Amino acid sequence: MSALLDLHAVSVSIGQAALLDGISLQVQRGQILGLVGESGSGKSLTAMAAMGLLPLIGGRVTQGAVRFDGQDMAAMTDAQRRKLRGGRIGFVTQNPMTALDPVQRIGEQVDVVSRLHLGLTRAQARARTLDLLTQLRIPDASAVAEAWPHQLSGGMKQRIVIAMALAGDPDLIIADEPTTALDVTVQAQIIQILGALVREKGTALLLITHDMGVVAQVCDRVAVLYAGRLAEEGPVAPIFAAPAHPYTAALIGCIPQPGMAKGSLTGIPGAVPSPMAFPPGCRFHPRCPRASDICRTTQPPILARDQGRVACHHPEAPL
Amino acid sequence: MIAPIRALRRPQGGLAGLWLLLVIAAALLAPLLTPYAYDIQNLPQAYQPASAQHWLGTDEFGRDLLTRLIYGARTSLSVSAIAISISVLCGMVLGAAAAWFGGWLDRIVTMAVDLTWSFPEILIALILVAIIGPGTTGVMIAIAVAYLAQFTRLTRAQIMTLRGETFIEAARSLGASNSHILFRHLLPNALAPVLVSAMLATGDAIILEATLGFFGLGAQPPVPSWGGMMSAGSALVFKAPWVIIFPGLAVAITVIAINLYGDALISELDIRSRLRREA
Amino acid sequence: MLSWLVKRLLMLVPVFLAVSVVIFSILHFIPGDPIDNLLKVGSPPEARAQMEERYGLNRPLPVQYGIWLGNVLRGDLGTAIVARRPVADLIAQALPHSLRLGGLALLFSTVVGVTLGVIAALNRDRWPDRAIMGGVLLGSTMPSFWLGLILILIFSVSLGWFPVSGARGWQSLVLPVLTIGLGGTALVARITRVSMIEASGRDFITLLHAKGLSPLRIQLRHVLRHALIPVVTILALRIGWILGGAVTVEVVFARPGLGTLLIKSLSQHDYPVVQACLLMLAMAVMLGTLLGDILQALMDPRVRAAMT
Repeated sequence: MSALLDLHAVSVSIGQAALLDGISLQVQRGQILGLVGESGSGKSLTAMAAMGLLPLIGGRVTQGAVRFDGQDMAAMTDAQRRKLRGGRIGFVTQNPMTALDPVQRIGEQVDVVSRLHLGLTRAQARARTLDLLTQLRIPDASAVAEAWPHQLSGGMKQRIVIAMALAGDPDLIIADEPTTALDVTVQAQIIQILGALVREKGTALLLITHDMGVVAQVCDRVAVLYAGRLAEEGPVAPIFAAPAHPYTAALIGCIPQPGMAKGSLTGIPGAVPSPMAFPPGCRFHPRCPRASDICRTTQPPILARDQGRVACHHPEAPL
Repeated sequence: MIAPIRALRRPQGGLAGLWLLLVIAAALLAPLLTPYAYDIQNLPQAYQPASAQHWLGTDEFGRDLLTRLIYGARTSLSVSAIAISISVLCGMVLGAAAAWFGGWLDRIVTMAVDLTWSFPEILIALILVAIIGPGTTGVMIAIAVAYLAQFTRLTRAQIMTLRGETFIEAARSLGASNSHILFRHLLPNALAPVLVSAMLATGDAIILEATLGFFGLGAQPPVPSWGGMMSAGSALVFKAPWVIIFPGLAVAITVIAINLYGDALISELDIRSRLRREA
Repeated sequence: MLSWLVKRLLMLVPVFLAVSVVIFSILHFIPGDPIDNLLKVGSPPEARAQMEERYGLNRPLPVQYGIWLGNVLRGDLGTAIVARRPVADLIAQALPHSLRLGGLALLFSTVVGVTLGVIAALNRDRWPDRAIMGGVLLGSTMPSFWLGLILILIFSVSLGWFPVSGARGWQSLVLPVLTIGLGGTALVARITRVSMIEASGRDFITLLHAKGLSPLRIQLRHVLRHALIPVVTILALRIGWILGGAVTVEVVFARPGLGTLLIKSLSQHDYPVVQACLLMLAMAVMLGTLLGDILQALMDPRVRAAMT
């Protein structure tokens, strides 16, 4: 059986800037894939490509194909794509503070999804909404459904956004850094609720994050992006045990320990280059401790390794 | 000084700029360009439609319409431009003082500005002309006062935003005096948005001047102004519509040109967001 | 909500007093003496004094202001010096005409302006947008009296569809409403377009797309709703502008109304009438701002929350 979500060598551009370069990723049914990288690595863009929402930000797929359940999204009509979004694919945004329409009541914003995609009546949809809010451990669900967004806290808003993603009974949820904008204490809670619900319902999850700790906690597989290319991909356990790509190793080294500033990537010197100035060869070489001459000139091939893949000239070099 | 020229190279800015230059040149060179006198009546020639002798026809006193239109540009443009200049100068002083000194001065200025701002300029101008008396001076002062609120408000807002910015704090920490910061840093930086909106307001002022002229309150006959030329009003719509049509067209095209050129200038100076906050 | 409304109304009191002082004092600077208009040439000075006594013009200004304000608050706007009738009567005659004209023009510019603004925003940078924005620029650069005259020329003189002037029947309203309305339409269309474009870039709009809502529904139900908040606020603030437009247009179309009354009394130096006209316009402006605040609160729950 084909993968639920299958990105096949996808390249994405916005205007003249080529931001994603030949990304291949699969999410199987019921699987949780972590998509990791620093800001600017192309994680959110991958999510937008998978949702078919690139036109909103002026982007387009220049090469490759995005397939959902075996169907090429580029070959679908607008109406078919809309049926997928919110229906079979749920989406959780980065910033819950700005994700809800400030002039519409919470309940209506969740109701609309099941009315649109499951064909429920107003009353049925509301019942489903209240049920979902309760599953998300929101106290006094019916009061929350009547509330306005500005009356809720950030963590509560993110639960609402998750409820909206679940309301269409999706096969896949794409969550784009769902906890970045929240307090540290709430972050763990949200990830835990999201992970548990997804497992319970058998929904697949593409979880975008820059936090390897979260990946270790909830994901089955992990894919690491760097500067618009795939660096490494594979099951969580072997990768955490022995990362093949130096960038993966560095990210794992950055898992926040008690006493460290949240999300700090101080372990890796330098920053992700801008899309206008990607270096030749391996794009990680200016920051890589293992870089050699070949890294500076030749793009590394993608090698199979431990049920996964790695794009590095020196995957086995000792650290 | 490069931006105004660069704005001319934009597609809309170029044509608009050309029209404005043409109108200004015509106004300056009026005596050289016009074969007729603007004030000598020639009653047998009254109400002539456009012809080879009178390209735009003649008015109710047999005077050449094109001649009066060109001389009218002198009055209308100079009155509007001078009025707006006065308004900008006073508005900058008031706005800067309010923003700089704050306190009760700021409160009074803000209240006065809010009060006048919600009244249409035409009403303010009408009342003022009634006090000062009709004629170009009265109209100039009336227009200047009518737009004072706009420039006070804009300057005040610009300075309020600028004074919080890093380079001002840097200057202050280097020990620059208050007046040095105000005159060397704040005002020059507030200048571009204020000047561009002054230009756009000149367009509105031309309309206002024409309206006052239409009511017979502007330049007094026989001196022509675009509005004054139309003051015969609806009576002429039947008999000689061109007397109404052409001066109005002159106003409309000139104001459109000012807007298009101003828009090109805003894009060129990249100050759209700074202006929008005041809309 | 109610306590907020009361507070908001109380805030209008000092504004009203300030406006009334300005209106009262300004008019006493107007040169020209209305008494001159009333006296026969060569009347004895006693007749003049008697006349001044009758209209209270011989007392000190602050006293005159106090008396005037007291009367105004009791609904007594004085007696017109030239027309020799109660000012309240003149206003009562003129006001309905102006309200009808202004109200219809407001309605016209809102409906047409919002529609055009939406079409322009939905077709951003394509030809419908360019055409509409071009038309809008045209509409906002024509002096309204001239536009009125041109409309008369086309629709009354050439086509004979509508009367040239007067205030009889709905036909006489069409051209004046159009004249004022077109300028307002330009303003409304421009604000609608800009705020639609700004609103469609907001984060929550992306999520609406991710929920699978159709783009048209997103634009009309969500983006437009947000875009209308500034439109309504600005429109309410501009009620004064629309009435200002009415002043010139009433004169052009020789319609009865506050505008014609104001212009006529200005030229006759008839203070009490001018004062009353200005007071009416000022009240309209103040009520407009109040209305704007109320509408904003109705449209935005965040504003409502800030009120209590």
